[in-house]
Amino acid sequence: MSNPPLIRVENLVKSFGSRRVLDGISLELGEQESLVIIGGSGTGKSVLIKCILGLLKADSGKIWIKGEDITTLSSSQRQEILTHCGMLFQGGALFDSMTVAENVAFGLVQGMRMDKKKARKIALEKLKAVNLSPAVANIYPAELSGGMQKRAALARAIATNPEFIFFDEPTTGLDPIVSGTINDLIIRCVRDIGASAISITHDISSLRKIADRVGLLFKGKLIWTGTVEEMDKTKDPYVHQFINGLPDGPFTQS
Amino acid sequence: MFENIGRIVLLFFGNCGRVSIFFAKSIHHGVQPPWYGRQFLRQLIQIGYFSLPVVGLTAIFTGMVLALQSYTGFSRFSAESAVATVVVLSMTRELGPVLAGLMVAGRVGAAMAAEIGTMRVTEQIDALVTLSTNPLKFLVAPRVLAGLLMLPALVIVADIIGVLGGYIIGVYKLGFNSANYIQQTWKYLEADDVISGLIKAAVFGVIITLMGCYHGYNSERGAEGVGRATTNAVVSASILILFMNYALTVLLFEK
Repeated sequence: MSNPPLIRVENLVKSFGSRRVLDGISLELGEQESLVIIGGSGTGKSVLIKCILGLLKADSGKIWIKGEDITTLSSSQRQEILTHCGMLFQGGALFDSMTVAENVAFGLVQGMRMDKKKARKIALEKLKAVNLSPAVANIYPAELSGGMQKRAALARAIATNPEFIFFDEPTTGLDPIVSGTINDLIIRCVRDIGASAISITHDISSLRKIADRVGLLFKGKLIWTGTVEEMDKTKDPYVHQFINGLPDGPFTQS
Repeated sequence: MFENIGRIVLLFFGNCGRVSIFFAKSIHHGVQPPWYGRQFLRQLIQIGYFSLPVVGLTAIFTGMVLALQSYTGFSRFSAESAVATVVVLSMTRELGPVLAGLMVAGRVGAAMAAEIGTMRVTEQIDALVTLSTNPLKFLVAPRVLAGLLMLPALVIVADIIGVLGGYIIGVYKLGFNSANYIQQTWKYLEADDVISGLIKAAVFGVIITLMGCYHGYNSERGAEGVGRATTNAVVSASILILFMNYALTVLLFEK
């Protein structure tokens, strides 16, 4: 990689009480790269993303975003960096007191101080990009189905044309067909705006679609990384058990 | 046993510190632009306008009971003429702010804790941060400021309605002369009585909204976490209101 990485994490440690959730994680994300982190439930995948975004404060370790160490920045400087990022939350996390269009336009209006009319126009475009009709723009998120909420949330995540996007279990709780659509939309939207992405998932079919590189998280450590082809060929017993969903193996032994 | 006392004391001061930091941060962020006018306006309506029925009902019944009870007492030593004065002083100095505060704590404090708690649990607060918006500034500051302004306004209404309740009982049940009763109401009322009540109300407004926001903001996972946040918001706001009411009364009394 000739360019410096967009995001670099070094030796990240985070504990909740006596439980060490992240135990010295290091990773890099290059430009226009899609990194997918897999791992069992409760292994700290969400915590990792939240630490990178500064939603949680890491106990130790360094995080560089675009060459700046965000662990040393003030909250307002970090906010500035966050204008370059988008995040798709597991449950969508749409603001239920606002309409779908207001949700999608939120980052533009509040974060980038854009004119409301202009922001709405962009919001409608983004809704179209995720295959939502303009008819849903003026209704509230609670009236949408789960798949539509995810799509609206995706539209909100890409509305500001971020340089990197985080996806927290984008397909969890959706049927295979809707999952497939979401995966396609993720690939297309990320490629269209030329962004990099870190996704966390335990959906292997989703992983095969969206990943350039894969990292396996276990007991707070990134125990394996590689490309999707390498993942299929590797003899690593952890990877083998996880992607094949085997009940017996190193995961279940410890 | 000492261990337990120590733990409770530590917990208490820990919480005081956390609430103070939360409050200071909200104010610090709240006074810097950008301001969220629409959020503020919505809270003004939520806290002020929609609390009017509850506060009004509380005030009118309180005023009526006050008139009846003080009449019972004063008639025993033929001082019935003091009823109007007692009603207006009790309402403005004490019962208007305290009862309005407690009712609003139940209505608004609980709703705030539940709303913000749900936003916390469904990651909407995290989403705010990722969309470059400071949640303290966007959610907390407008609410606290609206509470600070609306509670005194509500208390003015409560004072008037409470005195009206006393008047209704005084004139139609206890047989006071209408003009006399009104004159007695005004005669001993001083600006300080009303102002001290309004100062209390402003403090209560901050307490209610701050407790609602603080507990909602720090809500734990799940429906249970939000439920606990709501309970804590109302209970802590009510206790703080009663405590601050005493503290402020002492302070304003000695003036």
